[in-house]
Amino acid sequence: MTEFSFWDILRNLLLAARWTVVLSLVSFIGGGIVGVALLFLRIGGRRGMRVLSRGYIQLFQGTPLLMQLFLAFFGLGLFGIDVPAWLAACVALILWTAAFLAEIWRGCVESIAKGQWEASASLGMGYLQQMRYVILPQALKVAVPPTVGFSVQVVKGTALTSIIGFVELSKAGSIVTNATFQPFTVYGLVALIYFALCWPLSKSSQRLERKLNVAHRNH
Amino acid sequence: MSLIAITEVKKRFGDNEVLKGISIDVAPGEVVAIIGKSGSGKSTLLRCINGLETIDEGSIVVAGAQFLPDEVHLKALRLKVGMIFQQFNLFPHLTAGGNVMLSQMVVKKTPKKDAEAVARKMLDRVGLAHKFDALPDELSGGQQQRVAIARALAMQPIALLCDEITSALDPELVAEVLAVVKELAAEGMTLVMVTHEMRFARDVCSRVVFMHQGRVHEIGAPEEVFANPRTPELRQFLGVQ
Repeated sequence: MTEFSFWDILRNLLLAARWTVVLSLVSFIGGGIVGVALLFLRIGGRRGMRVLSRGYIQLFQGTPLLMQLFLAFFGLGLFGIDVPAWLAACVALILWTAAFLAEIWRGCVESIAKGQWEASASLGMGYLQQMRYVILPQALKVAVPPTVGFSVQVVKGTALTSIIGFVELSKAGSIVTNATFQPFTVYGLVALIYFALCWPLSKSSQRLERKLNVAHRNH
Repeated sequence: MSLIAITEVKKRFGDNEVLKGISIDVAPGEVVAIIGKSGSGKSTLLRCINGLETIDEGSIVVAGAQFLPDEVHLKALRLKVGMIFQQFNLFPHLTAGGNVMLSQMVVKKTPKKDAEAVARKMLDRVGLAHKFDALPDELSGGQQQRVAIARALAMQPIALLCDEITSALDPELVAEVLAVVKELAAEGMTLVMVTHEMRFARDVCSRVVFMHQGRVHEIGAPEEVFANPRTPELRQFLGVQ
């Protein structure tokens, strides 16, 4: 039987943690892009588009991420399309992230006083100009803390993709455990690595908040 | 030839008819004060002239631009009439100068250098040239309102609508804003203002409109309206017996 040293375990976990980071980035960036599109449809689009995007958001907020992963992984398989685990994981996480970000950002846009819309309209600006120059710059400041806060959820959400066989940090944890029979050490390290990824995010949110002066915005 | 022609305008919010057929003609250079109790429809009328509210019947024509609720017509209308709000509504993320420059650059595509020159001139006109780089946060209410006036003026409107522009101000700050408005009036700017400043209306305005329950109840020169109110409603509003 092979002996595994502590460093072997840690090295293998850290190698797998790369995929957690990549998956988080892909979900967050992809989700952000889809989220912005949803946001515009949700607040400024035609009636049909508004209903559609609201339905989308409710669907993805109202079902467990795990089910969405299963559906992305097995669902397309029913139609004879072979979906690799990494692709299913990316697609499901992007769609899930987009729904939450769109809703978070909608709240931020709607928190901007109605007078800002009226003042910019009375100066002759069109809808996109109002958004670009008046509303979004203000909404962005409000959006930073909840957005960064949600990015922590995304990092932890990637753990679920281990269920469909994508080897990221959590999946690597169970594989290494099966080989070493040291569950406490291994999962303890896994938890610490997740913490090391998430804690700086939370911290940077606080710093950004202070820098953008969110709390004192209306004084 | 009137600059602003309001003809038989009706406006409903659901079942509630707020404007019940308003007709007012404003000549170029006129200063018109609209007075009346809250709920009489005076602010709604002002907001209709700027296209912030749609109208259900009647017509509003500003210097030949008909009020139609599509973006092209609205923009044409809004380039002709500026609006000042009770709550100032300055853009809090931009400096005073930035507030005055933004719409020039975005709407009129004025180059930044020219927009800045205009902004400095307009801020100087309202007595705030030294506050060009100040953020709205750092200004008093009266100063913020004067920046809002400069911002509207920078678009070179032919008329200004003022919606209770001194109502959110501390009493000692009202005078500085009214002084700016008075100066504009003296320079020949056409002004339509909803106001509670009766003395100002009497001193500066060429005509006073008293609105009551969605209708123009009395209209006339200030001396006449204030000295000889004809209807019991206006007498009650002015507090004279």
